[in-house]
Amino acid sequence: MARFLLTRLGQALVTLALLTVLIFVLARLTGDPTPLVLPSEATEADRAFFRQQYGLDRPVHEQYVVFLRNVLRGDFGISFRYREPAFDLVLAAIGPTLQLAGVSMLVAILLGLPLGIAAALRPGSWLAATVRGYASLGQAMPTFWTGLMLIFVFAISIPVLPSSGYGTAANFVLPAVTLGFYASASVTMLTWANMTEALRSDFVQMERVLGIPRRLIVLKHALRNASLPIVTYLGLQFGLLLGGAVVTERVFAWPGVGQMLVDAILNRDYPVVQAAVMLTAVLVMTINLVVDLLYAVLDPRVSRS
Amino acid sequence: MSAAAGERPGDAGGLFGGRIRAGAGRPPLFATAICLLLVVAALGGGAIAPYVPDEADFTAILAPPAWVEGGSLAHPLGTDQLGRDMLSRLIAGARISLLTAGAAVLAGGTVGVALGLAAGYLGGVVEAVVMRVVDAFLALPFILMALAFVAALGTGIGNIILVMMLTNWARYARLVRSEVVSIKKRDFVLLARVAGLRPLPIALRHILPNALTSILVLGVLDVGRAIILESSLSFLGLGIQPPDVSWGLALAEGRTYMTVAWWLTVWPGLAIVLAVMSFNALGEWLKAGFDPRGRL
Repeated sequence: MARFLLTRLGQALVTLALLTVLIFVLARLTGDPTPLVLPSEATEADRAFFRQQYGLDRPVHEQYVVFLRNVLRGDFGISFRYREPAFDLVLAAIGPTLQLAGVSMLVAILLGLPLGIAAALRPGSWLAATVRGYASLGQAMPTFWTGLMLIFVFAISIPVLPSSGYGTAANFVLPAVTLGFYASASVTMLTWANMTEALRSDFVQMERVLGIPRRLIVLKHALRNASLPIVTYLGLQFGLLLGGAVVTERVFAWPGVGQMLVDAILNRDYPVVQAAVMLTAVLVMTINLVVDLLYAVLDPRVSRS
Repeated sequence: MSAAAGERPGDAGGLFGGRIRAGAGRPPLFATAICLLLVVAALGGGAIAPYVPDEADFTAILAPPAWVEGGSLAHPLGTDQLGRDMLSRLIAGARISLLTAGAAVLAGGTVGVALGLAAGYLGGVVEAVVMRVVDAFLALPFILMALAFVAALGTGIGNIILVMMLTNWARYARLVRSEVVSIKKRDFVLLARVAGLRPLPIALRHILPNALTSILVLGVLDVGRAIILESSLSFLGLGIQPPDVSWGLALAEGRTYMTVAWWLTVWPGLAIVLAVMSFNALGEWLKAGFDPRGRL
């Protein structure tokens, strides 16, 4: 167990180190930021001073060391656009993104679990076929289109919900349904697959023979057995939702990291881009790591293999 | 995750009562037809489209579809804010979407297969390095990864293909490596080695062909994902740029007119959904036949 923990932690650290290299390389690929930051009337001496200040005149490997030291301190530089520390800007936007991802997750569970269980209980029925159709639709509908269609129906045709903004509970409905519907497709399929397997297992068959009520078998025994992979998957899905939130935030003008990232790319505000990518990446990786470790604790077979 | 797991083994009966070799269950005829139609539209777009896709016609601005009051058969799906024919723009969009998706899958597949083959066959340091890089690339949600690359490389068709390749190669590398690790232990590979074949011919002639079906399945499933990624980037204004036409871009442009002209946002969205569902259905069907245990 301790060995598994250390290995997994070591892997995560290597991945993180590679990620910093990647972000550093990407940052350098974007070229010299001097003309973006300084006004066009700046003198050559100003430019040289700026390059020296940011270490842009030094060899690449030294620049990476400086970059890494700054990143570890949470210093991604000053936003070109807002003239504020990039990291602070992104940190302020992470709250709304986490809230949106959390509520969407809830929507995905509320839709996906019952649908998956129902389909597993009636294989080959019209219900199972409908659930399959639902899941393939959910996987194929890009979130921006789902969002626009929901806006069209519930904010334009029948104006009952706000199409954008943040602050009230009503603001959550359309974005969370958009993102939750997308995530519910894979939650449904995973629940379906695991429930099917659990229902086929020997102990469930045995309980049937013993005459234990069907409702009890399904909800208590089969579902509990199927829940470990489902819960694990939900954890990983949360990381995906943080990524998926980018597009949804854009559609609904949600003041989160995704919206900030897209704006920063469009405005070539590279410190913010780097801070947003790095922060989200660390968040997603931490969640994945915790899920992996929890899974190993709950199911000892994993760490032994 | 196995998406086909809801099916029971007995469902795989199909046309001939027994197992079909190419896939499992009934072949998705409708999906295949849509895929073929899209390929035809992509290849012969200009010849089929009734109008030039970016030709403005200021006498027919925001004309509704033919069956709606005020519409005409001249523009069966209506026109956009510049009087451009929607049907022609959808066909042109199919061309860009399929071209970028296809190119990205081919490029990412090639790079991923080569690295996965090297990692699995050579083992040791090569394997360790390649797989750690693969982990780093798979650790992030692909849209985030793509945005990071777009920020560095820029937009437009060429860059978008490159970005999509950078986000999808790792999946192929991981798949091929795991295939190779199991294939290389089999007798025919050992025999080839005993017979004195050099590593490269063994890898290319004996190992790769045995991994080809899984690669093919992953490739088909990847087309849908690539279409979604390209249209998402284009919708955000960070993908295909005008005057090129893309479904995602058309959606972003039509969004402003949603209150007066629903057809600007409905048709491109339907096109994306139909295309992605069709490629996914085809891929799932292939997967059910080739990969019943759901390793992909």
